Amino acid sequence: MSELSVNHLLGIKYLNEKDIQLIFETADHFKEVINRPIKKVPSLRDITIANLFFENSTRTKLSFELAEKRLSADVLNFSSAQSSVKKGETLIDTVNNILSMKVDMVVMRHPNPGAGVFLSKHVNASIVNAGDGAHEHPTQALLDSYSIRERLGDVAGKKVVIVGDILHSRVALSNIFALQLQGAEVMVCGPKTLIPRYIHELGVKVETDLRKALNWCDVANMLRVQNERMDISYFPSTREYTQQFGVNKELLNSLDKEIIIMHPGPINRGVEITSDVADSKQAIILDQVQNGVAVRMAVIYLLASKIKQ
Amino acid sequence: MSQKVLLNEKEVNIILHRLACQLIEKHNDFSNTVLIGLQPRGVYLADRIAKILREDYKVENIQLGYLDITFFRDDFRRGEKPLEANKTKINFLVEDKNIVFIDDVLYTGRSIRAALTAIQSFGRPNEIELLTLIDRRFSRHLPIQPNYRGRQVDVINNEKVRVNWKEKDSEDSVYLIER
Repeated sequence: MSELSVNHLLGIKYLNEKDIQLIFETADHFKEVINRPIKKVPSLRDITIANLFFENSTRTKLSFELAEKRLSADVLNFSSAQSSVKKGETLIDTVNNILSMKVDMVVMRHPNPGAGVFLSKHVNASIVNAGDGAHEHPTQALLDSYSIRERLGDVAGKKVVIVGDILHSRVALSNIFALQLQGAEVMVCGPKTLIPRYIHELGVKVETDLRKALNWCDVANMLRVQNERMDISYFPSTREYTQQFGVNKELLNSLDKEIIIMHPGPINRGVEITSDVADSKQAIILDQVQNGVAVRMAVIYLLASKIKQ
Repeated sequence: MSQKVLLNEKEVNIILHRLACQLIEKHNDFSNTVLIGLQPRGVYLADRIAKILREDYKVENIQLGYLDITFFRDDFRRGEKPLEANKTKINFLVEDKNIVFIDDVLYTGRSIRAALTAIQSFGRPNEIELLTLIDRRFSRHLPIQPNYRGRQVDVINNEKVRVNWKEKDSEDSVYLIER
C-alpha cells in the first residue's frame, strides 16, 4: 500500500486518482471490520482528534465520531454554539488553544469556504474538511463514489446526474471533482436559478428537464433544497420545485431502465424525493450512511499514518 | 546478497504432511477446530495444510479462515513504510472453538501477539494454538512459542528467512537470505 499524496483532506481537488483508490481499498478493509461482532481496532490509540463544528451537523458529526472511536482515537467534540467563538475569539486562536492540549488531527466544518485551507496553513495538525460553506465536502463525495462502486462495480464510465440546488451545494462540487477524477460522466440538473452560470467550464453537462436527465443517467444524486442558505427566492414555491425536480415512483417506473437513487441527507420527504422512492430498493441512501463510517475511518487512518511520532 | 537453501520442495512436502498428522492427532475430526491463516503469507501454508487434510487424510469439515492483523499491529506510524492491509475472511463463529493460527515464519512473536488481540473481535475462542513452518530460535521479543513447528532454525538478525510457495513464487522452498 502506498500513502496519500496529501497531509490534509481539504477537498477532492487536491487529491489524485490513486489517492481515491487507496482510500477505497482501505475502506473495504474497514467495512469488514465494522461488520465484526466487536467493531473496533486499536490502530489510533495514541492519536487525539478534535471535531470542530462551527455549523450544525447531525450525520456527518456522528459518522466522524464513530469512525474515530472505531479506530480507538481519543475524541474531543466542540460546537461553536457553546464556545468562546461567540465571545469574539478568532479561528486560529480557537484551534491553537485546542492544539496546545496535544491534539493531532482536526475535523472541521465551517460556514466559510476555504476555512480548512486557511487553517492548514496556520496550525500544526492534520486537517480534515467536513464541509466548508458552499465549497467542498470531500468525505461525502468519497462515500458517494464508494457507494456507486459498491453497487455498480466501478465508477469509471458511469453516468451520474446531480439534481437540485447546485449553487449552494458543497456536496455537488466535491462530487463533480471526485466523479470526473474516476472517469465518470457528470450532469447537473435543476432550476436555472440554482445552477451556477459557469458550471459548464468544469466539463459537466447541464440539463433543466428532469425526465431527460434521468433517462440519460445510471445514478441520480438528489440534493436537498437548502432553504437556510437561500437569501432570496430562487424558485416560486416548494410545490412548483417538487413538480419539476422531485422524483416520485411513477416517474422512476416510466424510465427506460432502472437507475440508482442517492441522497446525502437529510431528506425532505415529499420535496426532492417521495417516501416510496426513498424507501425503495433503487435507493442506496442507508448504504451511503453505512459506507460513510468506513470511508471516514480510511481517511483518518491514512492521514494519521503520516503524522510523525 | 547471498542465499542458502534451508528446505527444498521434497523436505517442505514431508514437513507439511507431518504437521497435518500432528494436527489430526490432537484435533481428530476437526468438529470443533478451525484453521486461521495469518495474512499475508501464512495463508498459503494454511491453504496447503487444509488441502492435505482434506485430500490425503480425508478429513471433512475443515473450516479455514484468513485473518489480517494490520490494524492490530504495534508499529503503526513507527516504521518507514506504511502498513499494508489484506483481506480478512472468517465466515464462521469462533466462539468456543479451538483455533489453530497458521503462519510461515515465527520471528519476534509480535504478529502473533497482534493476531491474539485481533481474533477476539470475532468472539471468545476455547483455545488457541500456533503452527509455523519455520521457528527462528532465540529471536523472540515476547513469550510466544509454537505448538507445531516445521523446522527450527538459528538465524541472526540481519538475515531473513524467505518461504516460497508454488502458487505464488513458482516453487516450494525456504531460503536463508543474507542482507
